[in-house]
Amino acid sequence: MATFLLELVSPEKLLLSRQVEMATIPAIEGEMGVLAGHAPMIVALKGGVIRVRENGAETEKLFVAGGFAEVSGERVTILADEVTPLAQLSRAGSERKLVEAEATLAAVATTDAPEKRDAALLRVLSAKLAVDVAEAA
Amino acid sequence: MASLKDLRGRINSVKSTRKITQAMKMVAAAKLRRAQAQAEAARPYAERMEKILASLGSAVAGMPDAPRMLVGTGADKVHLLVVVTADRGLAGPFNTQVGRLARARVRALEAEGKTVKILTVGRKGASFLKREFASRLVSEVSYANKKRVGFEDAEAVALTIAEMLDQGAFDVCSLLYNRFRNVISQIPTEQRLIPAPLPEGGVVAGPGPQALYEYEPTEEEILATLLPRNLAIQLYRAILESAAGEHGARMNAMDNATRNAGEMINKLTLNYNRTRQANITRELIEIISGAEAV
Repeated sequence: MATFLLELVSPEKLLLSRQVEMATIPAIEGEMGVLAGHAPMIVALKGGVIRVRENGAETEKLFVAGGFAEVSGERVTILADEVTPLAQLSRAGSERKLVEAEATLAAVATTDAPEKRDAALLRVLSAKLAVDVAEAA
Repeated sequence: MASLKDLRGRINSVKSTRKITQAMKMVAAAKLRRAQAQAEAARPYAERMEKILASLGSAVAGMPDAPRMLVGTGADKVHLLVVVTADRGLAGPFNTQVGRLARARVRALEAEGKTVKILTVGRKGASFLKREFASRLVSEVSYANKKRVGFEDAEAVALTIAEMLDQGAFDVCSLLYNRFRNVISQIPTEQRLIPAPLPEGGVVAGPGPQALYEYEPTEEEILATLLPRNLAIQLYRAILESAAGEHGARMNAMDNATRNAGEMINKLTLNYNRTRQANITRELIEIISGAEAV
């Protein structure tokens, strides 16, 4: 089967760069499966799980909190905010993060700038999602 | 001439100084390796981000309601300088280098009649600029009590800048930091953040190849989230480069200091031995002349 180059980068490092058959990306308007030769796109991601298929089998499952993906014919680049392999995502850990995020949200006063509130809210949402995903896994 | 005891004291003190500088050099070398790896790891993200931004930015830049972070406020009156330095000294000219660049920029801008605001990241830059430009300092950030600077820290700074932009507190924002070229050379660099500099190729290409992309959701919405992230990424990169540069500069400074201390010890030891010999000779002469007198 035709393959394409999948690159997964977070601000802290390059996590994945290799030829794969298919990647399932949690795009903001729904999950999206990408095969080689996909039409060029730039999509925003909502938090969720990226699934990678190689040699006819699913090889990687990674949780991302959000980010962007650039799809071109022979290459997919995912700029992720925060990446955790699903196997390493523990329920207790993500719950702790959720509590932290909620605390920051509570600490942000209503008088603060809307960006700050949005950022805190976003953190809470992505932490919530991480908990859900960890639970399901 | 100094007495033997004084000389011995000095030799010992220089020796312990050398021990300290040697240890600091070793520590800096170890930290440099880590900082360098971190800076390199952050590079791919920034590069890919730039590419996406280039294709998006040139598509949106011409629109009348383009986001402020991309095109600025349109005015050119108030400048915000973000100065990134280290938190610690003893790194040779590392901190002064950026400080001097910042000072020159502030003077140049004020000579043109513009208002300048300064935001510092790192304690040393703050104390350097406070001496002269205390009234322009709007905010200072320091990671002195942090073991490792993460992306969240850069994001927090970016958020502050975004907030200031929303309130119309400045028109143009630039970043001043030490770019890490290699271990022995760090180049003080100025980089414009807002309005975002678009790569020349992207602008010239116009609606050419970029128009091929489909966007989900719309260009504007993606851009609205992409731009603050890009700001954070640029800051993060500057902070990491500066951290790598700091350790490189410190390693160098401490290497020189160790060598100088070694030279000093040699000189002092020579001096010490000469004095000792002179003393012995003098005592001998005293004894002999005393014996002759009898």
